[in-house]
Amino acid sequence: MSFESKEHAVQYWRENVRLLLTLLVIWFVVSFGAGILLVDVLNEIKFFGFKLGFWFAQQGAIYAFIVLIFVYVKKMNTLDRKYNVQED
Amino acid sequence: MDIQTLSYLFVGATFALYIGIAIWSRAGSTNDFYVAGGGVPAVANGMATAADWMSAASFISMAGIISFLGYDGSVYLMGWTGGYVLLALCLAPYLRKFGKFTVPDFIGDRYYSQTARVIAVICAIFVSFTYVAGQMRGVGVVFSRFLEVGVNTGVVIGMIIVFFYAVLGGMKGITYTQVAQYCVMIFAYIVPAIFISLLMTGNIIPQLGFGGSVADGTSLLAKLDGLSTELGFAQYTEGSKPMIDIFAITCALMVGTAGLPHVIVRFFTVPKVSDARRSAGWALVFIAILYTTAPAVAAFARVNMINTINGEDAQGTLYENAPSWISNWETTGLISWEDKNNDGRMFYAADERNEMSIDRDIMVLANPEIAELPNWVVALVAAGGMAAALSTAAGLLLVISTSISHDLLKRNLMPDITDKQELMYARLAAAVAVVVAGYLGINPPGFVAQVVAFAFGLAASSFFPAIILGIFHKKMNKEGALSGMVVGITFTAAYIIYFKFINPGANVSDNWLFGISPEGIGTVGMILNFVVAFVVHKVTGDAPDEVQDVVESIRFPKGSGAASAH
Repeated sequence: MSFESKEHAVQYWRENVRLLLTLLVIWFVVSFGAGILLVDVLNEIKFFGFKLGFWFAQQGAIYAFIVLIFVYVKKMNTLDRKYNVQED
Repeated sequence: MDIQTLSYLFVGATFALYIGIAIWSRAGSTNDFYVAGGGVPAVANGMATAADWMSAASFISMAGIISFLGYDGSVYLMGWTGGYVLLALCLAPYLRKFGKFTVPDFIGDRYYSQTARVIAVICAIFVSFTYVAGQMRGVGVVFSRFLEVGVNTGVVIGMIIVFFYAVLGGMKGITYTQVAQYCVMIFAYIVPAIFISLLMTGNIIPQLGFGGSVADGTSLLAKLDGLSTELGFAQYTEGSKPMIDIFAITCALMVGTAGLPHVIVRFFTVPKVSDARRSAGWALVFIAILYTTAPAVAAFARVNMINTINGEDAQGTLYENAPSWISNWETTGLISWEDKNNDGRMFYAADERNEMSIDRDIMVLANPEIAELPNWVVALVAAGGMAAALSTAAGLLLVISTSISHDLLKRNLMPDITDKQELMYARLAAAVAVVVAGYLGINPPGFVAQVVAFAFGLAASSFFPAIILGIFHKKMNKEGALSGMVVGITFTAAYIIYFKFINPGANVSDNWLFGISPEGIGTVGMILNFVVAFVVHKVTGDAPDEVQDVVESIRFPKGSGAASAH
């Protein structure tokens, strides 16, 4: 066991899963939400010459995906260090 | 210089580069061959993953498909990028910590079952061959148009090149070659896009020019919507597929991406768990450069094509005044004109006025010609298309050879072979796979295009749930995972086979389950897989304690070693 205690292992995993779920909710909202389910509503809004829903579906969602992954990387590295389970 | 000489020059130079890299980075052990010695830096791995992922279909076909589908084409853009978020967050770091060579390795060990391993091997091989046949075909198409050798000669030349560096270098050779191929591919994609964006909208960045205005002051997309409506198509920015189908297809492609063995295996090649996370991010950055440019290219190409064929005044262009790209592509049979009203003018529309038949695949390759860009840009696109097809083919061949030499022979049939013998079998398997792939490229089964849906649906409904449950549900047992996989695959395969092969006439939305097309049915298969796994697990009890301990240990990064066979 690389954790100091059983509680640490449980807490680490719980924080990890909470971060995952938060990011996955955003992932869902920018792609399935803005790009598909709400596309007609958002298309009423103009954004740099695009209809907003269309922009999310063909551009915005992809940019958001990149940001999500790097936020995850940063937060996980912090979490690893907090529980001292990072690699050497 | 003419296009052909320039194409020879560009393609020849890039081939020499790939072979040079292969010799420099050849593999000395199975560890090198399977996972590049586990020492590839995260950024380089991200680039290689991007090249591996972006196939001839992404490079050659995607913008063309979007150009014809408009908003409906978004399923490919979101579907083929969103999967990387799932990969980075839910799969890559844990599989890297697990520290094995292949996806069947994980499935077999996590579910303590040789049956599971063999099922996973079969799925991996099937998915990879499906893909690789398409890549070889892509190589052939580029050869036949730009180098004016036959499609078959083109496929054979492509085979020899891939054979050389995949068999010699294994994952190590492939990874570093793919870095070079990514650079060639992205340069070849971006340069014409920038030219065209500048010409049409005055904006040097295609992603912004996409929303910009054309010469007469109207916005590009508004103009495109107007043109589409006038010619009887659905509005470009609205699309025509039902929402539930768009939703299901996007989901199946995302989940399928995250479940494809040749993508997952890339994350075994980095030194650390934190690198696996980062590497997925870099991969997506490099993929996004092409994927955010593609819809812009699609819109530019659409406007350009309609204006060239129908003329600015929408009266049709006289055939004798047609630009040379039309006759160039007519000889390949990918574009044709039938003068229905005998006025000598071409016309393109969705209704009875239409006189053109245009293959979607030519949009990217013909785009520089349509926009009248210099010859060297056209030649560059040929080299780029080649890089895209070769890099993906090599990655897939490696998965096939690894599945056979490692998962089937070493872990199953002949556990006593030495590392040297295993490496020899891996090379042998790669060689055979190249030949089979070449054969499929020369004699493509009529259903190559059809089975792409199959590959994603299969990966989505089999691997993805099994891996997710293997990591996030430590009590999940082999009975649950196996029955889930079998039900998921069977359902998805049956649905696709029925609508695509047995009864294609019935393949209309009225007959579909919940209105979901065969392309999107993997989503339903995946949900079934999860449900069945949970139910069976409930009645059969938890996984053994030692397996649960292993799952605990892959959930944090500390103590990850190099990927190993034991």
